[in-house]
Amino acid sequence: MRLCWLNNALCLALLALLGWAVLELPETPRGLTEPALARLPDSGVSNPVTAALLNYRAHDTLLEIAVFLVAIVGVWSLREDRVARVDLRERPLVLSLLRLVLPVLVVAGGYLLWIGSFAPGGAFQGGALLGGALVLLLLTGLDGRALKRERWLRVGLTLGLVVFVGVGGGVMLLTGRLLEYPRASAGNWILIIEAAALVSIGLTLGGLFLGGRPAVEDDAPPTSEKPAHD
Amino acid sequence: MIDEHYTLYLLAGAALFVTGFHGLVSMPHLLKKILAVNIMSSGAALVFIALAARTPGSVPDPIPHAMVLTGIVVAVCGTGLALALADRVQAANGKAELDDTDDEEGGV
Repeated sequence: MRLCWLNNALCLALLALLGWAVLELPETPRGLTEPALARLPDSGVSNPVTAALLNYRAHDTLLEIAVFLVAIVGVWSLREDRVARVDLRERPLVLSLLRLVLPVLVVAGGYLLWIGSFAPGGAFQGGALLGGALVLLLLTGLDGRALKRERWLRVGLTLGLVVFVGVGGGVMLLTGRLLEYPRASAGNWILIIEAAALVSIGLTLGGLFLGGRPAVEDDAPPTSEKPAHD
Repeated sequence: MIDEHYTLYLLAGAALFVTGFHGLVSMPHLLKKILAVNIMSSGAALVFIALAARTPGSVPDPIPHAMVLTGIVVAVCGTGLALALADRVQAANGKAELDDTDDEEGGV
């Protein structure tokens, strides 16, 4: 096929171009390590990656949280999905596994959030663990009662963006610039934003795994089905 | 020529990116296209991490690390949305492939 050859040629050219680009990089890169580390004491955290995410480039992360919300809104508007319902009393092994693993996941998520200020970690890593906990719940078919309370689910999904915008705008009153925290309390503001983002990220990842708006079902026990008329 | 040590990672990143691009263009199935985009983003992330590691200083450059984290997150969100879209295409077309026969007929 002609198109196939065209694609192969295009990809070879792209490979040559990209290979040339990475080989022609300056021998001694300057990078941003020095300025990033120099201003670290002012950033409110001592982990440079967290400082970059939530202080130096906070606008970037703000939009990233917005991407989360846009993605889940898009998915919800495209599909509706039913949370599989399984009676866990019939599966004692799964139930005891969940009892063991879920609290650990939640605590580890909170721990990752906390250590993010001075070691590798943060809201995204913690949120990934919370999302994993939700995926585990969905896979094992635990009756997703929390997912059915759509109002609270919506609050949770938007919490990160709302708090981020609120803090980012609120610090304008104190420092005069968007997303520029007061130096003395920068660490606290970052922790507030990250805690809210953690909830939203975890819920969004779980929601993306479900792949649709949770279908609303009434909790009444299934009545015996009437014979179909045809 | 840059430090040999990182050349391998940089070239591997570029190769991953091109591999993903090739798949994105050549494979009609939407799920494979989504996977291809994910491979491309992995390649880009690998280049960024290698660039961060070769900057001089006591620690790797934190800025590319933060950008890779952002990129991973956006890729995950994009993948989730793309999968939902692919499912809709599957429901509408009966197959998870884009129908391009219309273009060929309409183009004449």
